[in-house]
Amino acid sequence: MLQTNLYHVETVEQFQELLQNNEKVAIVCGRMGPMCIPVYGVMESLASRYPDVQFRDMEFDSPVGRETIRALPETRNFNGLPFTVYFRNGRVVAATSSIQTKQQVKEILDRTMCGTTAGAQG
Amino acid sequence: MDARYDVIVIGAGAAGLTAGIYLARARMKTLVVDHGTIGGQMILTYSVANYPGVAEASGAEIVATMRRQAEGFGARVLGQADILRMDLSGPDKVVEVEDEGTFTAPAVILATGGVPRKLGIPSEDAFQGRGISYCATCDGDFFMDQDIVVIGGGNSAMEEAVSLTKYARTVTIIHEFDHFQAQPWAVEEARKNPKIRFLMEQDIREFAGDEHLEKVVVVHKRTGEVTAIPATGAFLFIGYVPNTAHLKGIVHLNERGEIPTDDLNRTNIPGVFAAGDARVKRYRQITTAVADGTIAALSAVDYVNERARQPAMPSRRQRFLKERRPVQA
Repeated sequence: MLQTNLYHVETVEQFQELLQNNEKVAIVCGRMGPMCIPVYGVMESLASRYPDVQFRDMEFDSPVGRETIRALPETRNFNGLPFTVYFRNGRVVAATSSIQTKQQVKEILDRTMCGTTAGAQG
Repeated sequence: MDARYDVIVIGAGAAGLTAGIYLARARMKTLVVDHGTIGGQMILTYSVANYPGVAEASGAEIVATMRRQAEGFGARVLGQADILRMDLSGPDKVVEVEDEGTFTAPAVILATGGVPRKLGIPSEDAFQGRGISYCATCDGDFFMDQDIVVIGGGNSAMEEAVSLTKYARTVTIIHEFDHFQAQPWAVEEARKNPKIRFLMEQDIREFAGDEHLEKVVVVHKRTGEVTAIPATGAFLFIGYVPNTAHLKGIVHLNERGEIPTDDLNRTNIPGVFAAGDARVKRYRQITTAVADGTIAALSAVDYVNERARQPAMPSRRQRFLKERRPVQA
């Protein structure tokens, strides 16, 4: 179990419901490790600034992690924790590997989640 | 929200949080603010085994305890806070934080820490998370039975290279000099490991690959010979640089970007103190950061109390009237 203040995605069903019921979703898939903890913190701090984005985390070594985020073609070549994936209307619009700063995350959110152009590729 | 503090601490790593603990315990109204994650580099440390009094703990655990202590004594700790403006020149220091407001205090402690040194070549950023890593414990298992490189020559490079042999088929340590900065015991441990080989006096020219890292191109510093080393992973441990770029022109920095202080951690500006890895010093450890934070905090307490004892500066009119008053015999 991840010890963060984010809501956790713990099953494949939760993951599917999340994407079906929300236009904008950002999921950090990681462990409680040195590169992951700062990214959870960044997401927590940005939740109030981007109220229309659903920020979640997911245990990297869990079945849901293996079957969803880690199985995406966009993360196939990733080998740095955490994997962070941004969805809009159920489609991947951006994905990053390894630690990210608040500025980098904001840049991605502003580029992919703002405006009404659904499904823009990041 | 009250915007007036006794002391503002910029940076919430080991030095900043320690300063927060000492200041708040001394009944100073204290704000600790960090643009990143609370804990600084300490939180990036998987395991700390040499912090006196703590048998072994993760950096995150030590950070959580330090933060609880600081907040328990009354300090306000703000993370992920973008500092928009800092004016430390006058008697009242001003720090403006995005979404939080403008804060003032008679004293400021700069505990901005360090950031990992980067090679500064364009392909480094392109392969971050796609082969390039800064954490062996986090990412080592992605490289099971693969050939990887470790770049660096200090203790971290040696220790992490040994640790990575648990996963990788081979580990090549690439270093820019003909000798290591690491302690002899760390070098010996690496040399004993049959999976580790060494490439000395090499500059990194390029990281290359298609969708992920495939090779590291190096140039021998004396002969100019270019070698492409097949590698799917590159772990960089080339030290840290002081996180002071944003302080240029605000406080005096030396040629390495470090903040010079006296032995009470006072900078060149009255009321501004420095602590931790951003300060000029030889050894950068959690323990030395904690010591720095303590000294800076106690010096700041003295400064604030001394300033409170001084009478307020008279106005120009008061000075004028005083000068006109005839001297009584």
